[in-house]
Amino acid sequence: MKTSHLKNILSLVFLICLFACQTQVNSSEQYICPMKCEDHKTYDHPGTCPVCKMDLVKVSSLEAPILDEDGISEESIFNLQSEWKTQDNETIHLTDLRGKVLVVVMIYTSCEAACPRLVADMRNIYSKVDNPAVDYVLVSIDPEKDTPEKLKAYAKEEHLEGDQWILLQGKLDDVREFSNVLSMKYKKISPIDFSHTNIISVFDKNGVLQHQQEGLGVSNDKLVQEVKALIEE
Amino acid sequence: MGLLAFSMTGNSQTRTIMRPIKGGTLIPLYGLDSGKVWVDDFLLDEFAVTNEQYLDFVKKYPEWKRANAKSIFADGNYLSEWQSDLQLGSHMNPKAPITNVSWFAAKAYCACQDKRLPSVDEWELAARASETKANAENDSSFNTRIIESYETPNTYSKTVGSTYKNFWGIYDMHGLVWEWTSDFNSVLISGESRQDGEADRNLFCAGAAISASNLRDYAAFMRYAFRGSIKANYNIKNLGFRCAKSK
Repeated sequence: MKTSHLKNILSLVFLICLFACQTQVNSSEQYICPMKCEDHKTYDHPGTCPVCKMDLVKVSSLEAPILDEDGISEESIFNLQSEWKTQDNETIHLTDLRGKVLVVVMIYTSCEAACPRLVADMRNIYSKVDNPAVDYVLVSIDPEKDTPEKLKAYAKEEHLEGDQWILLQGKLDDVREFSNVLSMKYKKISPIDFSHTNIISVFDKNGVLQHQQEGLGVSNDKLVQEVKALIEE
Repeated sequence: MGLLAFSMTGNSQTRTIMRPIKGGTLIPLYGLDSGKVWVDDFLLDEFAVTNEQYLDFVKKYPEWKRANAKSIFADGNYLSEWQSDLQLGSHMNPKAPITNVSWFAAKAYCACQDKRLPSVDEWELAARASETKANAENDSSFNTRIIESYETPNTYSKTVGSTYKNFWGIYDMHGLVWEWTSDFNSVLISGESRQDGEADRNLFCAGAAISASNLRDYAAFMRYAFRGSIKANYNIKNLGFRCAKSK
């Protein structure tokens, strides 16, 4: 027991030394296996990992969040390639929404039970946040019925008007994929009805999921606070 | 050595044959007002996608290499047993089903073969066939075998085709790995959807399993509960997939 404690402390001391040393030799780059085959073992020269044979990479390159050539983070919904139609029948990709904080919900327009309350919640968030740096996105889970025209009429009926409201129709497959990004579940239970989880999701300006509010009739104070904080970022 | 392993696992892919499945009505475990769904005729891969087939895919589509797969599409366990980006783990059977793949990866694989993942209903329809019957859901020895196979550990390392061939000519629907379906996330587990409250209770209270009238429901319960508990970017050691196609 005692020795294992000692071991822990020793290895901790060793690790601290290691990191301390690293900062000291900051001027010359350290290299590490990208798969971390040898945990945190670093080398002071380029080479290949003795375990997986992959080229060693600079330690500094692993510390920054990994962005692709367009500066999109790995966790961003802007990685999705899907194409969508807006209520104004414009074709868009999710990346077109980049730069705005996004508040997103999935609904269907013929829904009578939960969706009107979700949409009311969206309107409520909209007026509480009251800032043009946010877009409010409603994605239909019934794209076969919810055409752009129908979404347009729905937006009018539900008072979702202005540039900040975006209603989207996608392909069945793409809608399913999008729901999986939100961890949202839905099933068509009859020709006119779906059962679905009620989730409002908040994405930052780079399309990374930051907050989710689950359920109906829950307080949206926390979500509003989160949106306001993300606007400032 | 590395080169040898490379040539042994490369170029050996045989294209998986698809078998026609005759459509019909299906009573899913839960979730539909009418109680029955109609499933159209469709085609299904006779085998689950294997490790070596997936390796070939990764070679062709480098965005699906372990180092390149984006975390929104696959969490840290993606291909976690592989030795490197283009090398299976030394202990891995090239002809065993690929596992530790996410739903996004499975979907992309099938799309690249001009196929798609089967839906839950399609999968269940194909899986209810025994060796001799298209619909063996009331065959108690078949159901007992399914449940026993669920209790057998480490079946993911077996070669595809090593269990049984069913009525449609499809192998290993039970007994090797769990399989991704296109709409696995249609099983609702969180109870806040008002319309679905009842179904959720039915599915997740243990009572549903106890009161289930037969073993079929018990086995199906395990599958539906599993589907309801996973997320699309998960990569699990005993979860693989096979592809389907509409007729």
